[in-house]
Amino acid sequence: MNLEFTPEENAFRDEVRAFIEENYPTDLPKRGLADDMSREQFLKWHKILGKKGWSTPAWPEEYGGTGWTPTQRYIWQEENARVNAVMPLPFGVGMVGPVIYTFGNEEQKAKHLPGIRSGEIWWCQGYSEPGAGSDLASLKTTAVRDGDDYILNGQKTWTTLAQHADWGFFLCRTDPTAERPQQGISFILVDMKTPGIEVRPIKLIDGGYEVNEVWLTDVRVPAENLIGEENKGWTYAKFLLAHERSGIAGVARSKRALENLREIADAEMMDGAPLSEDFDFARKLSQLEIDLAALEITELRTLAGEQAGKGPGPESSILKVKGTEIQQRLTELTVEAVGTYGLPDFRSFEDNLANDNAPGPDYATHAAPHYFNFRKASIYGGSNEIQRNIITKMVLGL
Amino acid sequence: MHFDFTEEQTMIRDTLARLVREEYTFETRHKVIESDSGWRPEFWAQLAELGILSAPFSEEDGGFGGGPVETLVIMEELGKGLVVEPFIPSVVCAGGILKHGGSQVQKDEHLAAIIDGSRVFAFAHAEPRGRYDMAFLETRAKADGDGYVLNGHKAVVIGAPWASHLIVTARTSGEVVDHDGVSVFIVSKDAEGISTRDYATVDGRRASEVYFENVKVGGDALVGEEGGSLGLVMQVADEAIAALCAEACGAMQVANAMTIDYTKQRKQFGVPIAKFQVLQHRMADMFMEYEQSVSMSYLITLKLGEPAAERAKYASMAKARIGQAGRFIGQNAVQTFGGIGVTDEVAISHYFKRLTMIDSEFGDAGHHLKRHVALSRKAA
Repeated sequence: MNLEFTPEENAFRDEVRAFIEENYPTDLPKRGLADDMSREQFLKWHKILGKKGWSTPAWPEEYGGTGWTPTQRYIWQEENARVNAVMPLPFGVGMVGPVIYTFGNEEQKAKHLPGIRSGEIWWCQGYSEPGAGSDLASLKTTAVRDGDDYILNGQKTWTTLAQHADWGFFLCRTDPTAERPQQGISFILVDMKTPGIEVRPIKLIDGGYEVNEVWLTDVRVPAENLIGEENKGWTYAKFLLAHERSGIAGVARSKRALENLREIADAEMMDGAPLSEDFDFARKLSQLEIDLAALEITELRTLAGEQAGKGPGPESSILKVKGTEIQQRLTELTVEAVGTYGLPDFRSFEDNLANDNAPGPDYATHAAPHYFNFRKASIYGGSNEIQRNIITKMVLGL
Repeated sequence: MHFDFTEEQTMIRDTLARLVREEYTFETRHKVIESDSGWRPEFWAQLAELGILSAPFSEEDGGFGGGPVETLVIMEELGKGLVVEPFIPSVVCAGGILKHGGSQVQKDEHLAAIIDGSRVFAFAHAEPRGRYDMAFLETRAKADGDGYVLNGHKAVVIGAPWASHLIVTARTSGEVVDHDGVSVFIVSKDAEGISTRDYATVDGRRASEVYFENVKVGGDALVGEEGGSLGLVMQVADEAIAALCAEACGAMQVANAMTIDYTKQRKQFGVPIAKFQVLQHRMADMFMEYEQSVSMSYLITLKLGEPAAERAKYASMAKARIGQAGRFIGQNAVQTFGGIGVTDEVAISHYFKRLTMIDSEFGDAGHHLKRHVALSRKAA
């Protein structure tokens, strides 16, 4: 048992750090809400990494993975968090990509994987529906076979950044008569330019447009876009959700956010002294740092298990629950730290996306919107209550 | 970076697990803690025989060649069985003081006896008004010829009724809370002038108030440098914290397993209460608290070799987090058991008591959060 990195791992860290320093586009926003950024900004680092062959590290090498060990991937995440990098979005790289190379046929792999790696093709996720949230298997969007096509009808919602999407992966009901709702679902890839698709933005609590409704009216999709077998989509969907969870702890990013918060607490004054010297506030910072350290070691234990050939099991639900709780507490404490200057709505400033016009300190501008926005974290990716159900069933055996 | 145990460590775990399973059933433990002496010297002898008492010492010091990870393995298993025998006072604390600060002569005499079990030590560090401050010392040692004369009162000395010897912290100079002037002495418990008031602790162990009245010790009783031993004491306290954290993890694991098991047996409203989501989610939370505790226990164990300030910071992080988790798991286990959980007859109430009291040894969660705040400031 030890926490040391090997000389090879340290050399790897030096290598990726040097690459990031040399190649990371410094003109990208350091932080911000989703609609702060254009499609091109979102994809800029992804495309650079695609050229380098580093955009899909966790994939098997035959599909363009880097062959890095879990520890190396952890180092990679840490080094990117150091510069607050705008990372490749998860929908292609972390979600549909693994489904395609695991369950797709050769044509599907050849057609879709290169665009995911390069960052040319933007994917979105058609899972949730207005009536199917935590009970995802109750989804109602239908796909009816018609010759060589499926005809899709229904409504998806909470579709993140679908406004930029080229393709989407959709869960649709192909057998409404199946005994259990899970049994009649198929996993279908859809070109978002297909007639009959309408993307309607949803204005979120922070005033931003990050998620959408996707309406499907007689959308004709070639049957060759079906992944795996018809009516087996639930298996692929669950596989994908397990994949989604393993990266969700966000330890490296939260460490960086905690450093930022400590800087804010040094700058803010309270009763004539820095807020960071107020014991009540300092204690909250310490508690966060402690909880984050526990999460980090738990993640490292999971990684070490993966390295030894044990896949991320249902224990990764811990990473989701604790990781998102910490992310939310960070945003909450930041609102507390900035005090009154949490109030001005940055969207109402002239040239509203620039920090230069903020009436208060720059770091205060996004504090409240972030806090409001991040309530999503304990809801998405399988709500934290669903994660507890998973732990109950899969770990505790109840 | 890995979290695997070596073959030797796994062997220690298996050996000790078997011994605890066979020799330390809940019923046996109940009889032992209700007995006059409150412990079993023969169990201690078995630990010595199996090499458990020597595991954390180097071969040079007469040990098995292990270190903090061996202590972690041992403490997890002792925690699972709520073992009352004084591994932390005698092996971790006294053994640690001698290992890090003792002269060769002192090691030859005392360390060997700790390892073979013939001498049992207790660690007399706390004082009635000192709370968790290791530098708060009203006990004084005054130079007297070649030796010293000790006067003072040591509080809640765990395992002292079973001990033949004490490691005593005393002030050789300075004011009550000064960092300079802290000295460490080896004192035979039958030395003239020592009196004790022995009692049981609420978690099934024994402890004493120890009074020193003009207790004369020789110059060879001093461990390390006169007046310069606070660092040594703090190091050993952090090692004791790591051991307590591992013990807590062992106890939490069993408390969680017992709770899950109970909810499968216990029926209300015609179904096992394990079917109720409100209890399922509580047990999922208990599981997560346990896993986070294991992580913190590993973290402090692997950081014990860091420079003092770093080590202390990690010790505080682990002790604070595990104090909170122990409280959460203990309280929720008892709540889930219902009325039977607040009786003496079920094991869960005893796990709850031990988990609670672990928080009150070597600094509770509040104390360590405060120390973490202070250490974070120094670093900045």
